[in-house]
Amino acid sequence: MASKNTGAEPMLSVYNINVWYGAIHAIKNISFEVNEGEIVALIGANGAGKSTTLKTISGLLRSKTGSIKFRGKDIMHTPADKLVGEGLAQVPEGRRVFLEMSVEENLEMGAYTQPKSSIAPGLEDVYERFPRLKERRRQVAGTLSGGEQQMLAMGRALMSRPKLLMLDEPSMGLAPILIEQIFSIIEELHRAGTTVLLVEQNAQMALSIATRGYVMETGKITMTGTGQELLHNDDVRKAYLGG
Amino acid sequence: MNAFIQFLFNGISLGSVYAIIALGYTMVYGIAKMLNFAHGDVIMVGAYISFCATSYLGMPGWASVVLSVIVCTVLGVVIEGLAYRPLRDAGPLAVLITAIGVSYFLQNAAQLIWGATPKNFTSLVTFPVPGFLAQYKVSAVSIVTVIACLIIMVGLMWFTANTKMGKAMRACSEDKAAAQLMGVNVNKTISMTFAIGSGLAAIAGVLLCSYSPVLKPTTGAMPGIKAFTAAVFGGIGSIPGAFVGGILLGIIEAMAKAYISSNLANSIVFAVLIVVLLIKPAGLLGKYVPEKV
Repeated sequence: MASKNTGAEPMLSVYNINVWYGAIHAIKNISFEVNEGEIVALIGANGAGKSTTLKTISGLLRSKTGSIKFRGKDIMHTPADKLVGEGLAQVPEGRRVFLEMSVEENLEMGAYTQPKSSIAPGLEDVYERFPRLKERRRQVAGTLSGGEQQMLAMGRALMSRPKLLMLDEPSMGLAPILIEQIFSIIEELHRAGTTVLLVEQNAQMALSIATRGYVMETGKITMTGTGQELLHNDDVRKAYLGG
Repeated sequence: MNAFIQFLFNGISLGSVYAIIALGYTMVYGIAKMLNFAHGDVIMVGAYISFCATSYLGMPGWASVVLSVIVCTVLGVVIEGLAYRPLRDAGPLAVLITAIGVSYFLQNAAQLIWGATPKNFTSLVTFPVPGFLAQYKVSAVSIVTVIACLIIMVGLMWFTANTKMGKAMRACSEDKAAAQLMGVNVNKTISMTFAIGSGLAAIAGVLLCSYSPVLKPTTGAMPGIKAFTAAVFGGIGSIPGAFVGGILLGIIEAMAKAYISSNLANSIVFAVLIVVLLIKPAGLLGKYVPEKV
């Protein structure tokens, strides 16, 4: 590979991907990038293809075309289970915590690819950020409330000490007060140096914390700009922010 | 009373064999979410390996068991890799039919290799039984079987609760995609589960044939089905469930044979299963989980 200026290269670059679910063309020629230190929001209505895009990046789905590069490395064909070790962690839609395992076991699973010595300090960090999880560390995850499960899913992803954290609909099904809490945690993580790719239907919240945003519609990216630009854009306001 | 205790011991030791087989079934079902109907036939292969090692190669009994465990472990991994892995994303029916196919394949392969004539398996476990047990006609095999079964169950519970691989197995059991996002190699984990289940099947095969010495290509079929019943009875996917189910099934069978009719014993076993499932659809220790769509 030619010598490259790592400072200028995006942390994640997705170029021209196309994903099918059987006969349904779910993602059409999508390209976007996430630079180190950014919060990038991917917003759009239900079914626009936001989650599909995330799943394709994390290797659970495959694109038939294009390329996906993470920190200079082509990850298009990397198996999903090899990406965590590369510094790419995903908090999946619907949290997907292991309901029959204890809170602490869930967090340990998050550090599956990490050396054993990193588990104790990792737990300490997560418990400091989410004191509620510490109180419930021995409890089975299935007994947690929705908000607590979201915290657990985020804590679990943080256990792998990711360079890029991808969050899929973290606000889904949560009360407004909890949504605000989750978003302020995302901002805290960002300030602490984590780059974030955020998929959200809650466009208002997502754009208000985002460095940049992309608007998705029926499998395509239709608009892009800084968080503030999109937040004040008339089309976006009409379509996603209730006028 | 003496006779009753004798039947009870009989049932417990027979049940322990079922339990060891059922533990293999339940491990594979719990993690791979498939019913490996070829599991019973791996038992048969295990018994043949041990038989050949002692009769033809003159190996000592313990060494033949070790060899048998190794061969069956490899066999289990190969079966999973060749027959089941390509169907990972296929529907449950395709996998089920494949498992039945593998079962017939193993039986016919065994017939080709070892012939249809039953072999006379000589018990590998012989030691003087202490007097207080000997009065109930408890055999050395029974004692070893019960102890082996307990060790295996406790071992598996410890393994799944405390080791990294065990936790990965539980994670895969709940949500394979989420486990993958954690960095768990799902194929490797399922392979490992088959290795453990098949290794246990080898031990069960040797114990089963030490117990009833007729070894033929279909030897594993009936105990396999009964152990599957035991696993469902106790709650499939649950390790203590397989143990409890196996022991209870053995006791019911022994009692039915002793007090009702030898011919009806199997029917009674399955009738009890039907009644239990009517009352507790998830089995004795299983949790009822509605099918997710």
